[in-house]
Amino acid sequence: MRALTTKVLWLGALLVALAFPLLSDNPYFLTVVISGFITAIAVYGLNVLVGETGQLSLAHAGFFGIGAYTAGILMVRFDLSFWLALPAAVAVTAGLGFLVGMVALRTKGDYFAIFTLAVGVMITAIIDLWEEVTGGTDGLIGVPPPTSIGPIDFTSLFSQYYLYLFCLVLTILAVRNLSRSLVGRTFLAIRNDEHLAQAIGINVGRTKRLSFTISTSLAGFAGALYAPFLGYLGPSVSGLIMMFNMLLYLMIGGAASLAGPLLGTLLLMTATQGLLAFEEYQLLILGPLLVLSIIFAPTGIAGVAEKLRLRLADRPPPPEAPPPPTSERLENPDRPHAAPHAEAGN
Amino acid sequence: MLLRTQKLGIDFGGLKAVDAVDFEVAAGTVTAIIGPNGAGKSTLFNLLNGFHRPSSGTVHFEGEEITGLAPHRVARRGISRTFQNTRLFPAATALDNVLIGYRMRTSTHLWDALLRTARARREEEECRERAMRALAFVDAAPMAHQHVGSLTQEAQKRVAIALALVAEPKLLLLDEPAAGVNAGETTALSELIRRVVEAGITVCLVEHKMRMVMSISDRIVVLHHGQKIAEGAPAEIQADPAVIEAYLGSRSHA
Repeated sequence: MRALTTKVLWLGALLVALAFPLLSDNPYFLTVVISGFITAIAVYGLNVLVGETGQLSLAHAGFFGIGAYTAGILMVRFDLSFWLALPAAVAVTAGLGFLVGMVALRTKGDYFAIFTLAVGVMITAIIDLWEEVTGGTDGLIGVPPPTSIGPIDFTSLFSQYYLYLFCLVLTILAVRNLSRSLVGRTFLAIRNDEHLAQAIGINVGRTKRLSFTISTSLAGFAGALYAPFLGYLGPSVSGLIMMFNMLLYLMIGGAASLAGPLLGTLLLMTATQGLLAFEEYQLLILGPLLVLSIIFAPTGIAGVAEKLRLRLADRPPPPEAPPPPTSERLENPDRPHAAPHAEAGN
Repeated sequence: MLLRTQKLGIDFGGLKAVDAVDFEVAAGTVTAIIGPNGAGKSTLFNLLNGFHRPSSGTVHFEGEEITGLAPHRVARRGISRTFQNTRLFPAATALDNVLIGYRMRTSTHLWDALLRTARARREEEECRERAMRALAFVDAAPMAHQHVGSLTQEAQKRVAIALALVAEPKLLLLDEPAAGVNAGETTALSELIRRVVEAGITVCLVEHKMRMVMSISDRIVVLHHGQKIAEGAPAEIQADPAVIEAYLGSRSHA
């Protein structure tokens, strides 16, 4: 029943997404939504590490920048096709992510956040200073759109929309499979209690490195999609504001949920487009919004929706179980592994 | 001997929390470690399962040295443990909490997970079945689909024991299994521990509830200030002057 409703909602969202460019050919709207898709992919990556594994990394935008610049540089300076630059950029961010993770994950908690913050700042500084390769503050100009595959041409916004939507759907399917799997469950076990995780035989160090590498790979993937979409890159793609925005989208959408990263990213990115006129005040509004969200809805939109759903579902108590728990524990976000047992239970 | 420590010790900045302790756990028995607060009981457990690296001495398990092995490796060798506070994930169901305990016996890797291969699905199912069996063993099967946060303290303890049992360890270390539960529930937990031993799993526990310790233990080791001051059958321990002094000297005890 519940698994079914979730499926229907996702299919509905997919249909709306597929129909969107047919309903509105306003290039501005399309641009905003495509940026949302690409950013959401990166936020899904952030969710694996921050939401599911409980490791607050502030280097995520840095890896997004590495992906974007690797793809951009390969395409501009080496005339590589997008279809080769994309996997190359993912491989580079995965490799660098693994190396950074090896060192950064020796720290824990606040120290990990501070360490990764420094890594993020260093990445931006390198992009900024390595002018002959990255173009420095002038940026990397003239990244071509993805080369066409046979008859499919990606020069129009319309066809690009479907390419990026496809990448987003692929990402969502992958992270869904991951978070439901035993691998995803080991991430949650670590977030819940590292000592307990070790005591039940989980190699915590290795699992965290895996989560970190998956997370940076998705950031790199999103970055590599971003470069040809925008056509130019500046050091700010990996900057602190980008990092802040990604965290904001994740927290407001709902960490450790499947819908949260998408909801948070799309809602806030469209909302902030309205605030574009006063861009310098954006943070003035978004900062307090994050604070309020953490205080009043720490599980984000997805968590609140799940709470409402549980409340509605709780009215007729299930036959086998004693009165369903109504403790505030249930306010916690929809656990990815809640779905399988719902299937098994019915 | 299933487990043997020799001159096992650790000091934290000069304080000898565990000091040259020799003790043994015979297969198929219940061994209790008792002692006043701060005697080093939990630290001893942390040395056995690899949370702390000993400053001196050795630990042998099934005849092989495991001194200083990482905790997850110790767990994979067959030593599992529970904690004083259960540390379960309150927002997840009992089943979801327990099934991850079997992860160490599975081999699903990233690509299996991403592609949801036959192996990933088969192993998930296996974990689920094992978890249900473990929950049934501890009499918590009816609570399998309830969130752990909504269970009683005693039920949570059972779920934590199921989690420690799901991967079928050879030795189970229980850190104060009866802390915070009432007398009737303590009896039920004692019965459960007996059942664990009958299932072929050796038990070593730290516990303050003396009636429980005396009734279920085959052998008792008494620690005081990190040192072993006595060892023997329950009746011997109750009559041991050094033990009585250690307890009366620190605080009165039921």
